[in-house]
Amino acid sequence: MVGEDERYVCLDSDTGLFSATSWGEAARRYLNLGIAEQNLMGVAAGLARSGRIPFVNTMATFAATRALEAVKLDIAWNDLPVRIVATHGGLSAGHLGSTHHSLEDLAIMRMLPNMTVLVPADGPATESLVRAGAELPGPVYLRLGRGATPALASREPVRIGVAQSLRRGTDVTLIATGPYPVLTAVETADELAGAGIDVAVLNMHTVKPLDQEAIVTAATRTRGIVTIEEHWAAGGLGSTVAEVVADLGVACPVRRVAVADRFAAGTGGHRHLLARNGISGATVTEQVRRLLA
Amino acid sequence: MNDDHARKARELIVRMCANPEGGHLGGSMSLVEILVTLYHHVLRIDPRLPQAPDRDILLLSKGHGAIGLYAVLAERGFFPEERLASYGAPDSVFTAHPNPAVPGVEMPTGSLGHGLPLGVGFALAARLDESDRRCFVVLGDGELQEGSVWEAAMAAGAQRLDRLVAIVDRNGLQISGDTEETVGLEPLGDRWRGFGWTVREVDGHDTDQLRTALSNIPHTPGKPTVVLARTVKGKGLPYIEGQARSHYVRLTERGHRRARAAVMRGERP
Repeated sequence: MVGEDERYVCLDSDTGLFSATSWGEAARRYLNLGIAEQNLMGVAAGLARSGRIPFVNTMATFAATRALEAVKLDIAWNDLPVRIVATHGGLSAGHLGSTHHSLEDLAIMRMLPNMTVLVPADGPATESLVRAGAELPGPVYLRLGRGATPALASREPVRIGVAQSLRRGTDVTLIATGPYPVLTAVETADELAGAGIDVAVLNMHTVKPLDQEAIVTAATRTRGIVTIEEHWAAGGLGSTVAEVVADLGVACPVRRVAVADRFAAGTGGHRHLLARNGISGATVTEQVRRLLA
Repeated sequence: MNDDHARKARELIVRMCANPEGGHLGGSMSLVEILVTLYHHVLRIDPRLPQAPDRDILLLSKGHGAIGLYAVLAERGFFPEERLASYGAPDSVFTAHPNPAVPGVEMPTGSLGHGLPLGVGFALAARLDESDRRCFVVLGDGELQEGSVWEAAMAAGAQRLDRLVAIVDRNGLQISGDTEETVGLEPLGDRWRGFGWTVREVDGHDTDQLRTALSNIPHTPGKPTVVLARTVKGKGLPYIEGQARSHYVRLTERGHRRARAAVMRGERP
C-alpha cells in the first residue's frame, strides 16, 4: 500500500514486521528509526506537518503509554494525519507478559481530541479499516493483535463510525470490540439462541467516534447491553457505551465484560489469558442471564 | 554587527513581562541574538508568506522562550508589534508557550524534549521531497536532560540528516540553579559528537559568530550540526544576569522602567 501513494511513509520502531517486505520503488519511504517510541511519534508529526501520511508501527502499549505525550501534543493537538498501527493489542502478546499487554490503550486514545480509534475484528476488516483510515484528515489509532485470528462469517461492509450488526435480537445486545471478543459474542449468541434467548450482536470496530445511534437502538429495543473487550474495565468500550447511555438519558442496564482492575491473572497464550481473565462465553452468558433475571 | 534588532526584541520582551501574568524573562533574553541571527541572516523565510512551501523551518523546542520568539517575529515583520499588547490577556493568541496561530510559529512546543524529534521529521520530509529546506531547532540546555532529545539526536545521526541544525541556548541555568549542579551536561560537545553530530561552539550573544556557525550548512556532509551557544540568562539586565531567579518574572511598573532603560542603554556587563 505504501507504494500506491507518494505521501505514504512507513515508520518502523524495529518491530521486525517488515524484514520480508519488498518495497520496490517505495524503499526510501520505509524508515526504521530504532527502538525509541517518543522520537518515533515526534518524527511522524514532523513528516505529517510536511505533507506526508506516516504509518507508524509499534506495539499498542508503547504507543499508548511510553510515547503518549508525543501522541497527545505533537500528533493529536495538531490534528495531523498520522496512522498509529499498534500491534499486540489487549492480551494478544500472551506469554510475553504485562510488559507487552495493552489493557489501557483504548481508554487513553479515545480520550485524545481529534483521534479516531479503530479495532478491526478480523483480517478483511483490517484491510478495509486501514484503507478507510488512510483517507481521514486527522490522526488514527489502529489497534491490532499479534497473531492471525479467525475471519468472521459476516460480509457486511465495515465502515468507520458505523457499528457492524452481526446478528439481530430482541432480548439483549452484545457489543464487542476486537477479534476474540466479537467471536465470543457471536458464539455466545448462537448458544443462547438454543436456550431460547434472542441476542443481538454489534461489532463496535470504531471505538471513537462511537456509533451512538446503534447504542440508542440497542438500549431502547433490547432489555440490556453487555459489552465485551480485551481491556481493563475502566475507560474502555464498556465505559464509553455507558457514557452514551447516561448522556442520552436512555434507561438501560449496561454490564461490562472486561479485564478486572489488576494486571492480567495467569500466564500463557492469548486464548488462555482471555479465558483466565473472564473474557469468555461463560462470563457473557452469566451477564446476559443476570440481565434477564 | 547591528544591535538594533536585538535591542528592539529585548524592549518587547520586558514590556510583555510587565503584563500582570509576567513571563519567562531570563531564558527569552538569553535567546535574543540566536533568534535575531536566524530570522535576519539565516532562515530562508518571507514574513509576508509564513507558510511558503520551501521555507526553512524554525522550531523553538525550549517553548518557554515564546516571548523571545514573539518579539523577534514582530520585529522581523510577521505581524505588527502592537499585537503583542494582548500577551497575557484572556484569549490572547500570544500564549506563554508558542502558539501556531501566531504567524511564523510552526508548531506548538513547551513540554521539553519535543522539538528535536519534530525536527527529524521535518528533515526527513525535506529529504523525501528532494527539497533543500533546512530545519533549525532551538533547545534549552536544561532541556537536554530529557531523554527524547537523545533519541532524536541518535536518529538524526543515523539518518545522516545534514540539513538539521540544533542550537543549544547554553545559559547554564535551569529553574533550581546551575545545570552542572543539577544533572550535569558536560562534556556537552563530546556528547553530541558521540551521537554523530558536527559541533560548533560560539558566544551566543555575538551575532557574527552565530552567523558564521549557522552559515554553509552542512559543515560536514552527512552529519547534522549542533551549535552550542554560550549565553547569559537574563542578558541585557545587568542586575539579574546569570541568576536563576530571572527564569520567570512579573515586572512592576517601576521594574519595567528600569528594565527598559537598561535595554535601551544596551550595556554590556
